[in-house]
Amino acid sequence: MNRLYLTAAVAALALGTQAQAESLAIALKTEPNSIDPHFNYSAVNIAPLSNIYDPLVESDAVKKPIPALATSWTALDDLRWEIKLRQGVTFHDGSPLTPRDVVYSWCRAPLIENSPSSYATFVNKMASIEIVDDSTLIFTTKEPNPLMWSDLSQIFIISAAKMGAEETVTFGAEGCTGMGEVPQSAVFSDLGYAMGTGPYKVTEFNRGEALRLEAYDGFWGDKPDYDDVTIRTISSDGPRVAALLAGDVQLIESPPIQDIERIKGEGFKTTETKSARVIYLQLRQDMTETPPMMEAEGNPLHDQRVRQAISYAINRQGIVDRIMGGYAEAAGELLAPPMFGTTGRAVDPYDPEKAKALLAEAGYGDGFKVTLGAPNDRYVNDERVAQAIAQMLTQVGITTDVDATTASQFFSRRNKLDFGMFMAGWGSSSGDTSSPLNAMVATANKDIGAGGWNYGRYSNPVVDEKIAKALVTVDDAEREKLLQEAETIALDEFGILPLHYELTVWAMAPEVHYEPRSDQRTAAYLVEKAE
Amino acid sequence: MSDLTTTAPRRKDTPLRRLARQFLEDRIAVAALAVFLAVALFTLLGPFIVPQNPYDLAQLDFMDGGLPPGSQSFSGMTYWLGTDTQGRDMLSAIAYGLRISLAVSFTSLILALIIGVAAGLAAAYFGGRIDTLIMRVVDIQLSFPSILIALILLALFGRGIDKVILAIVIVQWADFARTVRSSAIVERRKEYIEAAHCLGLSRQRTMFRHLLPNSLPPLIVLATVKIASAISLEATLSFLGAGVPITQPSLGLLIANGYDFLLSGRYWIAIFPGVALLITIVAINLVGDRLRDVLNPRLQK
Amino acid sequence: MLVYLIRRLGQSLLVVVVMATLVFLGVYAIGNPVDILVAPDAGAAEIARVTERLGLDKPMWQQFLTFAGNALQGDLGDSFVYGRPALEIILERMPATLELTFVALVLSTGLGVSLGLVAGLWPESVAGRTIMAGSILGFSLPSFWQGMLLIMVFSVMLGWLPAGGRGDTVEIFGGLRVSFLTWDGLVHMILPAINLTIFKMSLVIRLARATTREVVPQDYVKFARAKGVSRLRITFVHVLKNMMIPVVTIVGLELGSMIAFAVVTETVFSWPGMGKLLIDSINLLDRPLIVAYLMMTVLIIVTINLVVDVIYTLLDPRVRLAGTSA
Repeated sequence: MNRLYLTAAVAALALGTQAQAESLAIALKTEPNSIDPHFNYSAVNIAPLSNIYDPLVESDAVKKPIPALATSWTALDDLRWEIKLRQGVTFHDGSPLTPRDVVYSWCRAPLIENSPSSYATFVNKMASIEIVDDSTLIFTTKEPNPLMWSDLSQIFIISAAKMGAEETVTFGAEGCTGMGEVPQSAVFSDLGYAMGTGPYKVTEFNRGEALRLEAYDGFWGDKPDYDDVTIRTISSDGPRVAALLAGDVQLIESPPIQDIERIKGEGFKTTETKSARVIYLQLRQDMTETPPMMEAEGNPLHDQRVRQAISYAINRQGIVDRIMGGYAEAAGELLAPPMFGTTGRAVDPYDPEKAKALLAEAGYGDGFKVTLGAPNDRYVNDERVAQAIAQMLTQVGITTDVDATTASQFFSRRNKLDFGMFMAGWGSSSGDTSSPLNAMVATANKDIGAGGWNYGRYSNPVVDEKIAKALVTVDDAEREKLLQEAETIALDEFGILPLHYELTVWAMAPEVHYEPRSDQRTAAYLVEKAE
Repeated sequence: MSDLTTTAPRRKDTPLRRLARQFLEDRIAVAALAVFLAVALFTLLGPFIVPQNPYDLAQLDFMDGGLPPGSQSFSGMTYWLGTDTQGRDMLSAIAYGLRISLAVSFTSLILALIIGVAAGLAAAYFGGRIDTLIMRVVDIQLSFPSILIALILLALFGRGIDKVILAIVIVQWADFARTVRSSAIVERRKEYIEAAHCLGLSRQRTMFRHLLPNSLPPLIVLATVKIASAISLEATLSFLGAGVPITQPSLGLLIANGYDFLLSGRYWIAIFPGVALLITIVAINLVGDRLRDVLNPRLQK
Repeated sequence: MLVYLIRRLGQSLLVVVVMATLVFLGVYAIGNPVDILVAPDAGAAEIARVTERLGLDKPMWQQFLTFAGNALQGDLGDSFVYGRPALEIILERMPATLELTFVALVLSTGLGVSLGLVAGLWPESVAGRTIMAGSILGFSLPSFWQGMLLIMVFSVMLGWLPAGGRGDTVEIFGGLRVSFLTWDGLVHMILPAINLTIFKMSLVIRLARATTREVVPQDYVKFARAKGVSRLRITFVHVLKNMMIPVVTIVGLELGSMIAFAVVTETVFSWPGMGKLLIDSINLLDRPLIVAYLMMTVLIIVTINLVVDVIYTLLDPRVRLAGTSA
C-alpha cells in the first residue's frame, strides 16, 4: 500500500504536468460587465458568476429544478412557500450562511441604482420574506406563482455581514429594513466583496483580460475537477476557435458551426444540445393598409392564407441542413418539444406549389414586394438564414429583399414597428411556453405586461384568455393544457411562424468534458476531466 | 544621369505625349495597366459573360451553397470557382462585386479629390483666416476615426451604396486637403512663386499652374493609397456589419463573408474575391507608382 | 511662440467642443439603448425604470444640456452598461491600446524609413523592387483579413504564437498595466502589433522612397557628392533631414488613425483595448462610452496635430507659423 502511494507520488512529480492539468482556461463570447451578482440580469453575467455565488434553487442541464442553498421549497398554499435552508454552508471567508443573508440578498437586488437590467422584476413578485428559524424561511408572493422555483433560482445569495447589514434584516410589505448603507456595484472592484458560497473564489478580475478563479475548499457540494480556472473573453468567432486549436484554452462556447468539422478533424470534441431558443418570423398582420417596408395592395399579411403561403414556401429542413450545418432542428412550435407546454405539433410542410396556390387564392397571384428585417450578429448564421428565406419567398413570387443590421439597430427599429416582416429569436428563460406565448402571441397590452414583444400584432381574445389564466395556474397539468391550447390556436392561424430551434454547441480539448445545457450556460464548476 | 545627346523636345511633343511615352518605358507599369484594363473590361462586360446574376434571388439556390470549385449545379451549370453559402456562383459574384467596389471607390475618390484639393489649395494660397478655418474643419474631420464616421453615418441613414460613397468621401477629403496644403505651403515660399507674383501672374494661374503641379507627386501617392483604402474601408464596414446591402455583395462584402469560412476549409469563398481584390489594387498601385515617377518634375530626364 | 501656442490651444478647445456636440447629436440619434439593455423577459415597469434612470425620457436638447453641464466639470456620464463613469472605464482600457499603437508606430516608422531609403537609393535593385512590391501588398489587404491570415498561419498552423488576448501584465508606475515587460505579454503582442504595423509601414516606405528619389537628384546632393562626401554620409545627413517633414506629417496624421484603426486589430485579436470597447459599446448602444471614447480620441489627435505643427517649424524654418507671420 505504502509503496503504491510512493510510486504514485513519484509518478506525479516526474510528470510535472500534474499541476498544469489541474488548471483550466475557458473562452467565453461575452464578458460580464460586473462581478456584483445583483448588477445586471443577463445570462452573460449569470454564467461566470454562478461559479462564485449560489442561488436558493438551481436548474440542471435540462432546465429542471435542483436544490442549491435551499434543500426544499414547498407550497403551503397558493401564495406562501416554505424554504428549507441547507445547513453547514459557508461563505468564502468561512462564515456560515444564515437566513439573514437570504433576506438581505433579496432586499439588495432591486436597490442597485445603475443596473442596466434589474433583478427587481423577480423581487417585486414577493410580498414578504419571513425568517421562521435558523433553517426555515417563508416567501409570500403577491400572485399565485407556478414558476416559483425559477424565480428562486434568479437571485444569488451574498453575505449580509460583509455588506454591512444590521443584525436584523426584514422584507415586508413596506419594503426592507435593517439594510444599513447598501454598497453599490462599484465596491466590487475590491474583490473581497465578491464573496459567495459557490465552488470558486475570485482571485483576479482584469476587465477585458481574464477572470481568475481558485477552488474554495469549504464548498458545500462536490468539489469541481479543476482548482485554477481562467475565464477569458474572445468575442470574435474565428479567434475563439483559433485559441482552442492553438491550445490557449480548453473549452469555448458557441464555435461557429462551419468550423465544427475542422475542430473535430484536429482531434477536439464538441457537445451540443437543443436550446430553449426558437428562431421565428413575425408578420405585421393587424393593419389593413400596407405595412412599412412593403410594396403591395393593402396588407397581404392580414390574410391568413398569405401567412400560410409564406410558411409553406420555406424549406425549414433545407435551412437546417445547408445553412445551419445540421446544428439546428426544424421548428413547428415556439419551444422545442418535449419542454413544458409543447404539443409536438408537426413542422409546416415545404410546399411551394401550395404556397403559390394560396397566394393566388388570396388575390396575390402576381406576388408583392417585402423587405425582411433581421439582425446580423445575434443568432447563429442569422444573416444567412434571412437570405435563404428571401430566396425561397422570391421563388414563390414574393420578391424579398433583406435588411440585415447589427442587433442594436435592428431591435430599435423593430420595436418602433419599422418592419412589415422580420426574423428574430426568443429564448424561454422559464423553460416553458408561457414565456414566448405571453411575450409574442398575447395581444400587446402594456398595462398587464402582455404581448411586449408582439411586433406582428397578432391578436385573438381566446388565446389571450388562456395565456392569462395559465400564468396564475399553479396546477401543472391544467397549466400545461392551457398553454398547449393557446399555442395551437395561434400557430394554426399562422400568427407567428417558427423556423428552427438552435442547438447550442461547445467545443473542447480531448482532456475535458462539458455536459451541454439547454440554458446555454458555460460554467467552470461544470467542466469535468474526460475519462 | 542625364543624356546629354538628347536633343531639345520637338515642337509637336505635347506634355501629354511626353508623359505617355515616359510611362510606356516601364514594362511593369505597362503590364499593370494592361491588367487593370482587363479588370475594367471584365467589370464592364462581366454581367454579359458570367453564368448567373447573383443579385437576382430567384436565380440562386442555397441548396447549391458551399460547393467547391468545379462542381456542377442541379441544372448542369459548372461553378468554376465554387459557390458561397447562398449558392452564389463565385465567378459571377466576383464580376458583379468588382463592379460595385470599383464604382464605389472611384466615385468617392474623385469627389473627395475635388473637394480636398480645392480646400487645400485655397488654404495654402490665401493663408490667414481662410487657412485657419479650412484647417480647423480638416482637424475636426481627421479627429473622427474614419471607421467611426462611416459607422455612424451608415447607422443614421441605413445601408446602401450611395451612403457608403458619402461616408468614404467625408472620410477622405480631409487627407487630400491637408497633404495639398502642406506641400503647397512649402512651394509657396519658394522663389519661383514669388517670381510669378512679381511677374504679375494672376492668382488662379499661380495656384493651378504652379502650386498644383508641385503638389501632384504626394497627391498621386495619396490617391493610389486612397483607392486601396476606399475598397478596404468598404470591406471593413461590411465586416463590422454596415456597408452595402447583403443581397448585393461588393468584393469587400464577399471577402467579409468568406472570413467566416477561413478556418473551415472552404477556402474558395474567401480566397478568390481576395485575389481579385489584390490583383486590382496592385495594378492600380503600380500604375500610380509609375505615374508619380513620370509626373515628378525633378525626376524627369 | 507663446502667443501662437495659446492661440492654437484655443482653437483646439473649440474643435473639442464642436466635436462633442456633433458626436453627441450623431450618437444619440441612433436606436434606443433600452431595447438592448433590458432582459427580454422583463416587464414594462423595468423598461420604464431604465428609461428614466438613463434620462432617455427627456427631450434631446435637455439630455444634451445635462451632458454639456457635466462634461464641463469633467464628468462624461456613467456608462449605460457598466454603471460606472465612462471616462474611468476608458482610462482603464487605454494603456492596452496605447502600448500596442506605440509599438506599431515605432516599428512602422523605423522599418518604413529604413526600407524606404533603400528602395529610394537603389530603385532598380532586387531589394528595392522587393520592398516596393511588399509595400504594395502591405496596404492592399484589409486589416481584418490580414489579421485572420496571421492567426491562421502563426497560431493555428505553426502553433508559434497565441491567437488572441493580452497575456500576463505587470503594473508599473503604480497601476499602469503593461504587457511588454513579461514574456507571456510580449508573445501575445507580436501578432496584433505586426498586424497594426504592416499597413502604416507600407505608407511610410512609399513616402520615404518618394522623398528620397526627389532629394537625390537635387543640386546640393550632387554638389556634396562632387565634393567627395561619401554616399553614406549624404544619405544620412541630407536625405534623412529632407525626409523628415513629410514623414512627420504622415506619422502625425497616422498616429491618430492608428489609434482608431486599432479598433479592427483589437477586434480580430481580442486585444482588450479601448477600440474593442468601442465596438462593444456601439453594439450595445452605450452612448456615454461612445461619446467619451470619441472625445478622448479627439483630444489625443488634436494634441498630436499641435505637436506636429510645432515640429514643422523646427525642421523647416521656411514654414512660418500661421499665428506669428504678418
